[in-house]
Amino acid sequence: MAERGALRGLITRRRLLAAATAAGAALSRPAWAQKMIDLPLPGGPGARQITTAFPQKGAMILQRTRPPLLETPFEVFDKRTFTPNDQFYVRWHWALIPTDIDTDKFTLTVRGHVDQPLSMSLKDILRELPSVELPAVNQCSGNSRGFFQPRVPGGEWSNGAMGNARWTGVRLKDVLDKAGVKPGAVQVRFKGLEEPVVAEAPPFMKSLDIDHARDGEVMIAYAMNGEQLPLVNGFPLRLVVPGWYATYWVKMLSDIEVLNQPDTNYWTKVAYTIPDTPHASIKPGETGVKMVPVNRMVPRSFVTNMASGSKVNAAAPTTLRGIAFGGDCGVTSVDFSIDRGQSWYQAELGKDEGKYGFRRWQTQLLLPTPGEYSLLIRCTNSNGVAQPDTPNWNPAGFMRNVTESIDIVAV
Amino acid sequence: MFRNFLTVVVLLGVAATPLMAQTPVPLELKSVRLDLPDSDKMFPAGPGSDAINNNCLACHSAGMVLNQPAMSKQAWEAEVNKMINNYKAPIAPEDVGTIVAYLTALKGVK
Repeated sequence: MAERGALRGLITRRRLLAAATAAGAALSRPAWAQKMIDLPLPGGPGARQITTAFPQKGAMILQRTRPPLLETPFEVFDKRTFTPNDQFYVRWHWALIPTDIDTDKFTLTVRGHVDQPLSMSLKDILRELPSVELPAVNQCSGNSRGFFQPRVPGGEWSNGAMGNARWTGVRLKDVLDKAGVKPGAVQVRFKGLEEPVVAEAPPFMKSLDIDHARDGEVMIAYAMNGEQLPLVNGFPLRLVVPGWYATYWVKMLSDIEVLNQPDTNYWTKVAYTIPDTPHASIKPGETGVKMVPVNRMVPRSFVTNMASGSKVNAAAPTTLRGIAFGGDCGVTSVDFSIDRGQSWYQAELGKDEGKYGFRRWQTQLLLPTPGEYSLLIRCTNSNGVAQPDTPNWNPAGFMRNVTESIDIVAV
Repeated sequence: MFRNFLTVVVLLGVAATPLMAQTPVPLELKSVRLDLPDSDKMFPAGPGSDAINNNCLACHSAGMVLNQPAMSKQAWEAEVNKMINNYKAPIAPEDVGTIVAYLTALKGVK
């Protein structure tokens, strides 16, 4: 095959040869070595490999090897309020990801519409600026995309493209103040170290409005859950945008550019946009809708100790538990229904670890008579926004937050 | 007296940090050098599998495509064109039809 265009870093032919050799090795492995999971995606395919092949990561659902898309197995959310780093989901856009990061050489640049451009070492960042900590949920805009009907192309995630971590780092505001933002700044653009294989492809960059960037909550994290980030989660620095979808949480953050004009780059203006409608929802095939960048998260709640098909004893108390998050604010209540939404009961909320984090909930469930029950779980956030009772739909598969339901049998 | 002092400290702490807690001990970050796994998967052999293997695997592994739901020919065409127009995939024009036909045969709406 002739080489076309400008493929960087790796040559297609060489890659194919290497892959073919690896395939040979894979064939000699016994079949039982591959652990599989079946995700209940309507129409399928739902079979995915459970992989432990990624460095610094434990068992993950393999959605794509290169660039990595790794989903958190859902049982992880039942065990811990804070998702362990080695099972925190992973999502990359471009395939050229540095795998050799020298902490003495890494720099973060701050440039553009500022008084004093900066090039900060990790030592500068850790020692010169006050350290802050914040628990927050990081969720892919397309989490649960695989449940959209009609189905849409993209990463076919189940519900595990999310995680909750305690982020430690510095305020973005403090970094911007150090550089001195000039009057007239409108947005701040962020870029990490990942690069596309094709040189002409748009580098991954995301922007926030200047007031948002300076709100004192947006931070640059150098640790999650008390440890440095796994490389595939963005080591050494990752932008943390509490309450906003993960597309803004730029990994391996290396460049901050203050703009005096709105960002028109592909990843901010074209990709990651949603219909400007309630729940970002339109009818399949509907066109001519105004699109806006995806932004604040919406409330969600999940049962973590049972799944559809679970059997419980009728007329006996059963513990039902799970997690919830408010999206861009805290959780006010988690309610459940066993009669298809005619009556709702409040679950007991666990410890409040911070308004942007997961909130555990628990209740004692009593199903009066044997039979099949459809159990509904709904979170209402502190802005008074509740999960909707019908699923949203948009062509990118973003922002799913319909009230979850599981079908259980009382025997 | 001591008890009162503690109360004041606790209240100040709460008042000063409603959301973000100050963490006093900076972490020592350690350099990382590792290898990411590559995929061993090729597209199933069939008419057009050479074209899709040669044009698509440079940027992403095959699993992403094989995990997609069944879609119409128009939807697959839109995907391939998105790769070319938005993500600058250097796909030869003569291969586009072959790749769309391969995807529609493999994962078309039945």
